[in-house]
Amino acid sequence: MTVTSHGPLPATTYDVTVVGAGVVGSAVARELSRHPGLRVALVEAQDDVGQGTSKANTAILHTGFDAVPGSLEARLVREGARLLAAYAAESGIPVEPVGALLVAWDEDQHAALPGLLEKAEHNQYPDARLLGPAELYAREPALGPGALGALHVPGESIICPWTTTLAYATQAVRAGVDLHLDCRVGAARHEQGVHHLTTSRGTLRTRLLVNAAGLHADTLDRALGHDDFTVTPRRGQLLVFDKPARSLVRHILLPVPTALGKGVLVAPTVYGNVLLGPTAEDLDDKRDTGSTAEGLALLREQGGRILPALLEEEVTAVYAGLRAATEQDDYRITAHPEEGYVTVGGIRSTGLTASLAIASYVTGLLPGLGPTRELEPVRMPNLGETFPRPYQRPELIAADPEYGTLVCHCERVSRGEIRDALAATIPPAGLDGLRRRTRARAGRCQGFFCGAAVRALWEEARS
Amino acid sequence: MTAVREVDVLVVGAGPAGLAAAARLAAAGAGRVEVLDREQRAGGVPRHCAHGGFGTWSRPLTGPAYARLLAAGAERAGAVVRTGVTALDWAGPRALHTVGPHGPGTIAARAVVLATGARERPRAARLVPGTRPAGVYTTGELQQAVHLYGQHVGARAVVVGAEDVSYAAADTVRTAGAQVVALVTDLPRAQTAPARALDSRLRHGVPLLTDTTVAELLGHGRLSGVRVRHRDGRTAVLPCDTVVFTGDFVPDHELARRGGLTLDAGTRGPAVDGSLRTSRPGVFAAGSVLHAVESAATAAREGAHVASAVLDTLAGTWWPDGVPLVVDPPLRWIAPNRVVPADSLPYVLRTTAFLSGAVAEVTQDGRPLHRERIGAAVPNRTLRLTARWTSRVDPEGGPVRVGLTGR
Ligand SMILES: Cc1cc2nc3c(=O)[nH]c(=O)nc-3n(C[C@H](O)[C@H](O)[C@H](O)COP(=O)(O)OP(=O)(O)OC[C@H]3O[C@@H](n4cnc5c(N)ncnc54)[C@H](O)[C@@H]3O)c2cc1C
Ligand SMILES: Cc1cc2nc3c(=O)[nH]c(=O)nc-3n(C[C@H](O)[C@H](O)[C@H](O)COP(=O)(O)OP(=O)(O)OC[C@H]3O[C@@H](n4cnc5c(N)ncnc54)[C@H](O)[C@@H]3O)c2cc1C
Repeated sequence: MTVTSHGPLPATTYDVTVVGAGVVGSAVARELSRHPGLRVALVEAQDDVGQGTSKANTAILHTGFDAVPGSLEARLVREGARLLAAYAAESGIPVEPVGALLVAWDEDQHAALPGLLEKAEHNQYPDARLLGPAELYAREPALGPGALGALHVPGESIICPWTTTLAYATQAVRAGVDLHLDCRVGAARHEQGVHHLTTSRGTLRTRLLVNAAGLHADTLDRALGHDDFTVTPRRGQLLVFDKPARSLVRHILLPVPTALGKGVLVAPTVYGNVLLGPTAEDLDDKRDTGSTAEGLALLREQGGRILPALLEEEVTAVYAGLRAATEQDDYRITAHPEEGYVTVGGIRSTGLTASLAIASYVTGLLPGLGPTRELEPVRMPNLGETFPRPYQRPELIAADPEYGTLVCHCERVSRGEIRDALAATIPPAGLDGLRRRTRARAGRCQGFFCGAAVRALWEEARS
Repeated sequence: MTAVREVDVLVVGAGPAGLAAAARLAAAGAGRVEVLDREQRAGGVPRHCAHGGFGTWSRPLTGPAYARLLAAGAERAGAVVRTGVTALDWAGPRALHTVGPHGPGTIAARAVVLATGARERPRAARLVPGTRPAGVYTTGELQQAVHLYGQHVGARAVVVGAEDVSYAAADTVRTAGAQVVALVTDLPRAQTAPARALDSRLRHGVPLLTDTTVAELLGHGRLSGVRVRHRDGRTAVLPCDTVVFTGDFVPDHELARRGGLTLDAGTRGPAVDGSLRTSRPGVFAAGSVLHAVESAATAAREGAHVASAVLDTLAGTWWPDGVPLVVDPPLRWIAPNRVVPADSLPYVLRTTAFLSGAVAEVTQDGRPLHRERIGAAVPNRTLRLTARWTSRVDPEGGPVRVGLTGR
């Protein structure tokens, strides 16, 4: 098993290299690892997997009911949702099939619901149906006043995005993929059937190349001489509310898109919080994942209308993610067979859901990968509240008391879980990575009680 | 299913309030008294307040020494102090589910005392915009990092707040070998003893930026600065690698809330009367969970005070309802915040405005009950009101109101 984060890269020529270890690149690498004959590299500019857009989204496993019918995105989201639901069950990735309600707050939105129902049917999603206000309020008693009706989409689920990316990458590494972190790909040239990638850690050679660089997919594409698309980061700011808010909402409450734009959603998380967001702001800077006073004010104003009691709860996190929007309303997956190169661009707002389907679509575009095998399943630590957490498992604590020794009290994370994460196949590179793997420091106190203790465990493991 | 263990009194939280309560109860022969704490060591917040100012006038102590003294006192009196054990949720009206290295447990008691303390609101809860870099602390985390673990903190720190705990945070920054760039408060002046503010400014050369808020955190990976905004609209960037958010305390009321206890809208802790009885018979609360936060001495005094009410309840005394006690602006909250005519515990209050020559006025249904000179009222500092008027409260009447006037 090879995970590197410094030093020179192997001198050998890889068969396939995937650039970008987000949820998409990690899924592609995992799919490639099913071909036992291949030497595969997954290279990532940052110090951990899933540190780009894949860590900062709304964590919904979409049905694809509202995709553009006939688009590649519609198809891959539909297939991906099914694949990921099955994979999650097998791998211990928490998923809750809570269903979604698209709530109409004015006549325009109400008038748009039947069209959305029809669109769902075009997208081969037959289970959606319209609800009147009585049934809507029966389902969501804490909803603010004035809702006129809703479209119920029972198949929409919530999922843990961090565990998903980590599961793919872990499985890939265990199956022989080399993961190179802190390895930014800059220049690239293709000569005699081999790509030479200049990286921050030296040259990497590969026969086939998959560009899954997310927001930077256009830059890498240009380095390879293509000028097919431009990524415009579209920022989405979000607020996370503390656990007592979870009882206020039962479904994902989606906005009804109209000509006037898209509102914000309120969604439970698998960790037992409630999300409010995202904003949609087109930016120039692909690093601008900061939140703004205006953005947060807008979210609170809209959230207060959707679920008034939500604003009374403590906020435990504020974050922003950047969607990789392009000029076109669809994914931009392009094969350049003569170069042995596939670009996976424009995976904007559904990439988590579609990841497994994107992976099998992309590998299908690569020539001569050889036979496949079944992968050894992975079992990921559970971060979800509807499945037993280690502190709730007496048999586990009896076998190892470290699972009964809580360090992070707000999220009830045990020393055993932190120890396991620090010794995992892909260990975290920092405290934020540890938080995404265990939830330590992710709660209402943000480290007031446990921050120093968690950091001590982290520093001890590193020394 | 785990077997239910029975005790007479279960105290949740081994801080000054819980330990003082347990010591008094055990000494008074309340039977089996057990204190739980989820940390590995008893003592609560004073464990990491490395400075002096704890203990008594005759016997001043540092926080850690005070924590040890209280823990030893509780154990000497016969209470059982169990650390590393978390009270998770209620298993009945006076029973709790717990977990620890020995596994799950359920403890049923004749009386329960919640002494779960308080915390500072962190950056996210304060909705401070910007990036999410490393180097962002609360005082609680900073004190533990420096005093309990000897961890490295950055080189230049901005401290947000100008109350006692903010100056304690600044001291901790200096102990860690770092420089305090500035203290920043949105209020027009410091809320600490004038001598302390002066000492910080003159001896340590730390500027105090008043009427100023932190508008944005800057930096990727590690904090590179904070953007501050003055009330008049001017902004500036203070380069720093560390920022400490101090004060803005909230009770750790998770158990109270899970148990459906009535919370006070002002304090956000459980509503209690002068005997520290919550809305649930047999369940009491004491310390910072009632009023985030007062001094450790106040918390310990309340622990001792609650012990006698617990003993009364064990002896079968009736659980009265009490009348709500509410405050009018500029007061933020009062604790206790229910009142029965026999109450004798002095009240603590908080104001949002600076006032001099402040006078508190207590009324019920428009009927004046009491007037008391408070003196100077400073936000984030304790105001006290005696309980000499509680006998005049009509237990059948409406809420009792406390107002504050001054210049
Ligand atoms: C606000 C918001 C909400 C969303 N909600 C949902 C949702 O509910 N459900 C859903 O399915 N999807 C959602 N999405 C979309 C989803 O998050 C993305 O589609 C998905 O994360 C894209 O994954 P990725 O791997 O393509 O990109 P990323 O996660 O950005 O990964 C790309 C990686 O490439 C690396 N990289 C870039 N350049 C280089 C280089 N030169 N060399 C090496 N490495 C490089 C980056 O560091 C990064 O780690 C949402 C997105 C946003 C922003
Ligand atoms: C940063 C900071 C600095 C301070 N500095 C000073 C100072 O210099 N001088 C001074 O006089 N006062 C100071 N105070 C105030 C003082 O610390 C408090 O008044 C005092 O600690 C309150 O005591 P307590 O017992 O109510 O709560 P705490 O001391 O907070 O103790 C509560 C205990 O309950 C435990 N607990 C909580 N929930 C559970 C659960 N579910 N299960 C098991 N255990 C649980 C916690 O682990 C904790 O040990 C400071 C407070 C803070 C936050």
